[in-house]
Amino acid sequence: MKGGTHRTGVFTRRALLMMGGQVALLGALAARLYRVQVVDGVRYATLAEENRINARLIAPPRGRILDRFGTVIAGNKLNWRALLVAEQTSDMTATLDNFARIVSLADYERARIEREVRRHRRFIPIMVREFLTWDEMAVIEVNAPDLPGVLVDVGTSRVYPYGEQLAHIAGYVAPPSEDDVLEDPDLALPGIRVGRAGLEKQHELDLRGTAGVVQLEVNALGRVIRELDRQEGVPGEDVRLTIDVSLQQAVLDRLGDESASAVVLDCRNGEVLAMGTNPSFDPTLFNAGVSQAQWAAWAQDKHTPLLNRATAGVYAPGSTFKMAVASAALESGVMSPGDRVTCPGFFDLGNARFHCWRKGGHGTLDMRGALKNSCDVYFYETARRVGIDRIAAMAHRFGLGTELQVDLPGARPGFIPTREWRMGHGKAWAPGDTVVAGIGQGYIQVTPLQLVTYAARIATGRKVEPHLTRKLGTVMQPGSQPADWPALGVSDRSLHLIRDGMWAVVNEAGGTAPVARLHDPRWQLAGKTGSSQVHRVSREQREQGNFDSAKLPWELRPHALFVCYAPYDAPRYAVSVVVEHGNAGAAAAAPIARDIMKDTLQRDPGGRDELPAARVAQREVSP
Amino acid sequence: MREGRIWRDTSFDLGAKVWQVSWIYVLLLCALASIGYAALYSAAGGAPEPYASRHVLRFATGLVLMIGIALVDIRFIARLSWPSYLVALALLVAVMRFGHTGKGAQRWLELGGLQLQPSELMKITLVLALSSWFHRASWERIGNPLFLIPPVIAVLLPVGLIVKEPNLGTAVITAILGGAMFFAAGVRWWKFVLIALPVPFAAQLAYNHLHDYQRARIDTFFNPESDPLGSGYNIIQSKIALGSGGMWGKGFLQGTQGHLDFLPEKQTDFIFTTIGEEFGFVGGAALMALLGLIVLGGMLIALRCRNQYGRLVAFGIATNFFLYVAVNIAMVMGAIPVGGVPLPLVSHGGSAMIMVMVGFGLLMSVHVHRDVEFS
Repeated sequence: MKGGTHRTGVFTRRALLMMGGQVALLGALAARLYRVQVVDGVRYATLAEENRINARLIAPPRGRILDRFGTVIAGNKLNWRALLVAEQTSDMTATLDNFARIVSLADYERARIEREVRRHRRFIPIMVREFLTWDEMAVIEVNAPDLPGVLVDVGTSRVYPYGEQLAHIAGYVAPPSEDDVLEDPDLALPGIRVGRAGLEKQHELDLRGTAGVVQLEVNALGRVIRELDRQEGVPGEDVRLTIDVSLQQAVLDRLGDESASAVVLDCRNGEVLAMGTNPSFDPTLFNAGVSQAQWAAWAQDKHTPLLNRATAGVYAPGSTFKMAVASAALESGVMSPGDRVTCPGFFDLGNARFHCWRKGGHGTLDMRGALKNSCDVYFYETARRVGIDRIAAMAHRFGLGTELQVDLPGARPGFIPTREWRMGHGKAWAPGDTVVAGIGQGYIQVTPLQLVTYAARIATGRKVEPHLTRKLGTVMQPGSQPADWPALGVSDRSLHLIRDGMWAVVNEAGGTAPVARLHDPRWQLAGKTGSSQVHRVSREQREQGNFDSAKLPWELRPHALFVCYAPYDAPRYAVSVVVEHGNAGAAAAAPIARDIMKDTLQRDPGGRDELPAARVAQREVSP
Repeated sequence: MREGRIWRDTSFDLGAKVWQVSWIYVLLLCALASIGYAALYSAAGGAPEPYASRHVLRFATGLVLMIGIALVDIRFIARLSWPSYLVALALLVAVMRFGHTGKGAQRWLELGGLQLQPSELMKITLVLALSSWFHRASWERIGNPLFLIPPVIAVLLPVGLIVKEPNLGTAVITAILGGAMFFAAGVRWWKFVLIALPVPFAAQLAYNHLHDYQRARIDTFFNPESDPLGSGYNIIQSKIALGSGGMWGKGFLQGTQGHLDFLPEKQTDFIFTTIGEEFGFVGGAALMALLGLIVLGGMLIALRCRNQYGRLVAFGIATNFFLYVAVNIAMVMGAIPVGGVPLPLVSHGGSAMIMVMVGFGLLMSVHVHRDVEFS
């Protein structure tokens, strides 16, 4: 117990010591408070009382999106707007009432303002009204005494000079969501927009930049007296694309009113020069928020204007797939170019009969002849011998039915079936499925972007990836040189035979697409047609003998496809065209592809990085 | 000795206990919370929403919790000391893995919609655990260095975890709190000197391992004007607000700095500036006096207690509260680097408020059971 009392004594002494220390420390803090508040107070009081420093964030200008020659695809325009700072008005209702008397303010706008005031901290300016006219602005300024808390400033809003023509490439911007704001507080600034689709989304962080701070001196009423300091934010970086706007316009003109898409690629490096998809939409509609009625209209439109057909439209490739099948046969050694197959107009497998597109058959053909004539029976037989797995592997190597490295959000991978996939669904692979895969039907799905990549890889033997970004800020992106891309890994012998077959399709008597021929000998084109059925032709229809798919309702007609590259002897450009329900590839897609290719060769956008002097001068006059 | 007789009887009833609660002390706490209400009302620009009304609700909840804990037998609490310490330690580990990130640090844990900051719970359970360790130790035993190894580990483990979060301010406070407990328990003076000697070197070493934002706080502390719009901004604005308050202040709701300007954490860590601006040095000093009374009241409860466990618990709780107050006020006046420490019962923030009230509940339990004997 003696130890206990001693311990208690020690505790009491030390606790008292501690109390003394605590009192002394609090006293010291009080002394310091006296110094800050009373001794130095006068200095701080003048700082605070007369002129207060008010820091305000300034939104960074969003980077522009430019085409390969510097034409503005997405830019900024000045946007005068009225803002409300909730903590600078004692009576917000009265302020808004007064405002509504000067510039009309709808009920839903008011509800939005009041909601945002509650949601944000009170010193954050809330957007009252955007896109003010000069007159409205003047009236607001004159009535400033009745509008405490309201300030007018200038921000920017996004403009897309080419609107619908590049909507699927540039994408669009929309107001940030609450989650976005949590991630980056700069986004709480009024008028900030974030990329929601296309390259606006892909390059959001580069385009956005960093907010700056301006220090303002304000008087006791909160009016700005002068600007003390300004730290400009970091403006967003410009993004320079591979697209040529004038070629893009030409492509869209040629597509006309069809539900269709066309892609032009620089074969050697995968730069996308034009990517047309029809129909399209007006990207500026998203700037202020899309109305319910507009959404409903888009949702009901059977031509799906919000779908980028070039990257996310999936189609059976039809006969355009035959080069991949031929390549798989040659590379696996199953067939040699000289192997012949006889086509009587149909192909029997067990009880099933598969027809060739030509009723009487093609007779006996080698591989070049089969490509030139697009003989179905030859490729039924070839596919049967090669097997689906080797066909799938080769198709993937060409970029079909697989994920491409394209820098555009929302691109779809398409699909090539394999034995394993079929097994995963609990079914055995049917030999008939391999046979129809030989002519690009059945489960196979590819996108127009994949088709043009396929054509470019056949033409160059390099594994080019399609891409749309050429420069970020001043930094050239990798991939603009052919040497940036690895070899495809398909032998020159095989590629040569396939190229020769594609040349014959267009340039030799009896080919399936003489219509695609360009009559300048320097511009010889190699291509392949395709039609993909969306509707099974029944036995009765076939036996009636006068079946004509052009008489079907629009939604049931086959899609028309064409892939090509040119010039044949020194491949430079590749084009793919898909016309939805266009019926026959040779009739609907090939002429479009021909005209686009001709236009591309004439302009040669990939061959020059700057515009000819005359056109540059013209552009400076009219911005 | 009249009271003594009552408390030797272990079957005392709840009614008698309620009368033993120090209602004057409760009144002091209510006064502090009321000042908090007024300050938060003003910080919201003269509106109960969004801070002040919730503040009241939390305080009322905390008060009920405090009285509830005060009526729990201190010997029962003593038995729970180590288990509760282990639970807090486990939560601290959990927050590292699953916690919510706030301002670049993992500090929050969400439990059934309730936000929990385990480092606050940790400090209280650390006090309980250390009190439990020392309450039977004789003066001679405390002199034995081997006896001190387990409690030193018990302090360093949570401190290490909190540094990792990273929450430097709370880690330092926890370490100082642990040291204060050792001091009160009777650890010899020379041992403290021995520990204190290498501190400057350790500080240099620690500085090199700090996160950038922590280093920025220390750097701007030594020279706030070097970065007036960045890390130094809070301190400069805070000083302007305090200084403009002068001797008598601008009057309730008349503060302009808090209302007009960009004082980002005016409702949490920097709430003291609002009071200083509107009520001047007189108001600020009065608030400090009230805080001092609450600290000293806690120490008096410790001195008045007749068992070592209760003495140490009360001492620890009062010291913890004092550390909060001193660090917050010093920070607001730019006397120490800004550290994310709220002003208890005044700042806006639920988790900290509840834990502070739990602490006061323990303190009050010590007071109610001041004469019980541990068998």
